[in-house]
Amino acid sequence: MALSPPISEIAQLKDRPELAALLGWNINVVQAVKLDRDELTITLEPSSIREACAILRDDSTVTCNLFSDLTCVDWYPSEPRFDIAYHLLSTQRKARVRLKARLPGDEPRIESVVSVYPAANFFEREVFDLFGVRFEGHPYLRRIMMPEDWEGHPLRKDYPVEGYR
Amino acid sequence: MSTPTYTASMEQGQDNTMILNMGPQHPSTHGVLRLVLEIDGESVLRIMPDIGYLHTGIEKTYEAKFYQQCVPLADRMDYLSPFTNELGYVLAVEKLLGIEAPPRAQWIRVLMTELTRINSHLVWLGTHALDIGAMSVFLYCFREREDILRLYEMLAGQRMFDSYFRVGGLAMEVPLGFFDRVKQFADRFPERIDEYENLLTGNPIWTRRTKGVAHISAEDALAIGLTGPALRASGVDFDLRRDMPYSGYEKFQFKVPVSNDGDVFARYILRVEELRESNKIVQQCLAGMPEGPIKADAPKIVLPEREKMKTQMEALIYHFKIVTEGFVVPAGEVYVAVESPRGELGFYVVSDGTAKPYRVHVRAPSLANLQALPKLCEGRLIADVVAAIGSIDIVLGDVDR
Repeated sequence: MALSPPISEIAQLKDRPELAALLGWNINVVQAVKLDRDELTITLEPSSIREACAILRDDSTVTCNLFSDLTCVDWYPSEPRFDIAYHLLSTQRKARVRLKARLPGDEPRIESVVSVYPAANFFEREVFDLFGVRFEGHPYLRRIMMPEDWEGHPLRKDYPVEGYR
Repeated sequence: MSTPTYTASMEQGQDNTMILNMGPQHPSTHGVLRLVLEIDGESVLRIMPDIGYLHTGIEKTYEAKFYQQCVPLADRMDYLSPFTNELGYVLAVEKLLGIEAPPRAQWIRVLMTELTRINSHLVWLGTHALDIGAMSVFLYCFREREDILRLYEMLAGQRMFDSYFRVGGLAMEVPLGFFDRVKQFADRFPERIDEYENLLTGNPIWTRRTKGVAHISAEDALAIGLTGPALRASGVDFDLRRDMPYSGYEKFQFKVPVSNDGDVFARYILRVEELRESNKIVQQCLAGMPEGPIKADAPKIVLPEREKMKTQMEALIYHFKIVTEGFVVPAGEVYVAVESPRGELGFYVVSDGTAKPYRVHVRAPSLANLQALPKLCEGRLIADVVAAIGSIDIVLGDVDR
């Protein structure tokens, strides 16, 4: 099972229903695509994330009805610093898709998807708590893992593993 | 924690309501879950889970370890199902590397994962029944759990955090007589399930405490992110083992029990059915266990056999390099999900082409399932909250990580 090189041409992947639905909605929001190790990643314009999620959930050819996961990757010190990764699952098609939004290191903020997927609630709070990314429109954006009066965001790469002593 | 977390939002409550703080040391919250309830008499108007008391920063620790050093960390998240966590992690790293464990290793992994499911469901059944007032079930369940823990001990030397799976295979061959012991257990286990069912399923007190309690519809369950038995109890027929098979699950015949009732009783009966199905998978594993190696043929990733290390120079060099420098994983990212006893356990592993993971995120099924608690409890009685917490089967080590 050797690794095959990733495919990143939109033209080669436009048969995938997730990508087709997003391109059909607005061709400008898709910044990049990648099919690597059988996993499809679609990088989106950050401001479009909520509407893109709504389309992937409601489109009858995509039917991503289960919000699996949301997390963040800190690429400090390069820019754009934060990758927000959304994992959606369709229980009918038994297929996953990863959406990605890249945010700057300075005041990272993105629209919340809780109104589309209520399941995103705790995940967005976790990313807010541990990375300091603000989710606009979240119903209750407070720290979830760390104490309320904690300073800093522990999962950022510039935060030492052993903490500040 | 200096200030109560939910004061601001709770102030909107009416004058005739009361704020009740449940946990984090409450025995029925299965660990350190704190619930803030707004109640009017006995009925619950609002409920807010407050978590983080067990947050140990495992995801941060991952970033400082070599890939092979992360397996024991995976054990320690969901401490009731260590093998499932290990399986999710090693499958993710194997996918990043583009290697696959040999068939025998995959079958032993399935065997241990299903024993783990039985173990975890037994703890759940015992404590859930204890919460609702059926004391004796706990003693029966822990009798069989003890048998499984002894099997773990025989296999890997430890009763809980076994660290037995490795990237590319298993740590070692199973000890002599292990499969016979598993067979003895699996042969008598169905009778034991009947014993639990005799105590509970037809019991009028049990059915009154659970039937129609904490109902959730299929649409709500999907929207809130419920997975695993709790989702199937609401009528969504989805099981990762059958629908998106991994580690050779497509070779096994088993039923995925589904119910349309969506209440605490449905979730109970479904997990009991899963005990029977898991036992069948264990039997199939034992019957068809393939012979062969238990480690993939990837000398730069898998530690060599002890014998080879003592006799061959290359093996010694590889051993030294893996232990001191780790192995390099090609850059990329994968999301691998396995069906844990609680639901979809996902590992999102990002590699930057070095020997340490750049980022590991765990999609904890307990965290997502916990979000459903307000939906399950609001408008019901305080006593039902206890039944509802038990029925979504959360492990706080998994919630907080």
